Amino acid sequence: MNNEAKQTAALLTVSPSPHIKHNDTTRTIMVDVIIALIPALIWGVICFGLRALAIVLLAVGSSVLFEFAFNKLLKKPNPIGDFSAAVTGLLLGLNLPAATSYWIPVIGSFFAIVVVKGLFGGIGKNFMNPALAARVFLFAWPEEMTMFTEPFKRLGLFASSENISDVIASATPLASLKSGNLPDISWVDLITGKCAGCIGEVSSALLIVGGIYLLVRKVITWHIPVSFIGSVAILSAIFPQNGDILSFVMSEVFAGGLLLGAIFMATDYVTSPVTAKGRLIYGALCGAIVVFIRYFGGYPEGVSFAILIMNTLVYYLDKFTKPRPFGKIKGGASHG
Amino acid sequence: MSEKNTSMSFFAQLKNGIIDNNPTLVQLLGMCPTLAVTTSVSNAIGMGLAATAVLICSNIFISLLRKFIPSQVRIAAFIVIISGFVTAVELLIKAFFFDLYGSLGLFIPLIVVNCIILARAEAFASKNKVLPSAIDGLAMGLGFTVALIIIATIREILGAGTFLGFPVLGAGYKPAILFILPPGAFLTLGFVIAAVQKFRNTKSDKERLARLSNIEDEKEGEE
Repeated sequence: MNNEAKQTAALLTVSPSPHIKHNDTTRTIMVDVIIALIPALIWGVICFGLRALAIVLLAVGSSVLFEFAFNKLLKKPNPIGDFSAAVTGLLLGLNLPAATSYWIPVIGSFFAIVVVKGLFGGIGKNFMNPALAARVFLFAWPEEMTMFTEPFKRLGLFASSENISDVIASATPLASLKSGNLPDISWVDLITGKCAGCIGEVSSALLIVGGIYLLVRKVITWHIPVSFIGSVAILSAIFPQNGDILSFVMSEVFAGGLLLGAIFMATDYVTSPVTAKGRLIYGALCGAIVVFIRYFGGYPEGVSFAILIMNTLVYYLDKFTKPRPFGKIKGGASHG
Repeated sequence: MSEKNTSMSFFAQLKNGIIDNNPTLVQLLGMCPTLAVTTSVSNAIGMGLAATAVLICSNIFISLLRKFIPSQVRIAAFIVIISGFVTAVELLIKAFFFDLYGSLGLFIPLIVVNCIILARAEAFASKNKVLPSAIDGLAMGLGFTVALIIIATIREILGAGTFLGFPVLGAGYKPAILFILPPGAFLTLGFVIAAVQKFRNTKSDKERLARLSNIEDEKEGEE
């Protein structure tokens, strides 16, 4: 079919709504997400060295490879051109500590792409965020997932285990918060990213820049990040665990993976509600679970668990916040 | 309805219990012990054999008493019979396999409420003669044991790097402790059930699945 015939066919198509179409494709949205994450990745490499870059590239590469191989095996059309596997790999890589072993991102990608995404039907059909599910799965090796290194003590590509154990951070900001103390570093340093943590989560400022880019490009809406971060801030202000409330709230918000999770992971289209009201409830509940896990749970951080738990409730949020069709009487008898 | 399966041969009944209608992997009964005790192969064997013993004995007794038990109170009567045998098995394990008793703990008395045993009493033993009921108990018990051993083998090898306590994956292997924790139980069970379904699907099942996936492909082609 040539181009002209295609256009004519598009004009003459009779189809149900929506009739207004936009040029956004999965690929353009995914490219926007990658662009928004690049600053945080660069900061991670500046902070933790080339090894961080290698971990992220391994995660991206193996994700794309697994996506390709899985669909080849199932004789399905090759989907790697939509870059969704690359974004999953990028998010997974940014959620790993730089000193982790090189096989960790590969196993994580396998779990994300094959188990969480592929086996449930591929893009758009996974019931939870693949990158986050893989991160939680990787806690099968807790010591590998908590190898947080000191910032600016960069690791080379082939850093030996002695090199790594020399620069392991004594306590991450979240571990300090868990024990009821304020982190050793001020919250200003937390915002600029001079702290130990996963590769992509340290620089709050650059994550916010990425989030603003996504908002401007209309890839995400403000509802989930604002209600998510807001509920963490409000709950930790109401129930502070330290006398210095301002520092405590700021540390709770800017330490750990909250911004990365709230801006980039909780807003994943497939696993978040479609209505504005649903998104506000979803974000607020995510925040509440994060604070609950940070205060009472076994792990110092709860962002991944919170988002995964809420992912499983998205169906109900969508159902209960379904907009009322125009003209239908609220609570009245319906004819259909 | 009564005396229906008596014509099945011994091997047909055995195959039915272990493969076609495997109580754990096909009927999805007895999930609680399946998920809880499969952290090691030795636990799985112990649990499977204990349940098999209870299942054979309770099936025989319920079949013997099937004409005397009033149908209004049959569940209570079954539970009394089953719990009698469970108590006996529990005391025997405590006397002769104390280590196993320690690691299975609460799950031995909980065999009383294992759905498989009650389901076989209700669906088979109360409607069939003694010999077929005993064979049914054996077949279903072996099916349960085999399922537990399969799941426990995967979990123990991945989660601890050992099989029956012997290291199999070498010293370089870093055990994924997730697999001996509860999430590993659910993950492994899901994969094993999926694999069993793959091999168990009959020709008509496969045709139906192929038709469904064709419909989906066509839909995607239209978009």
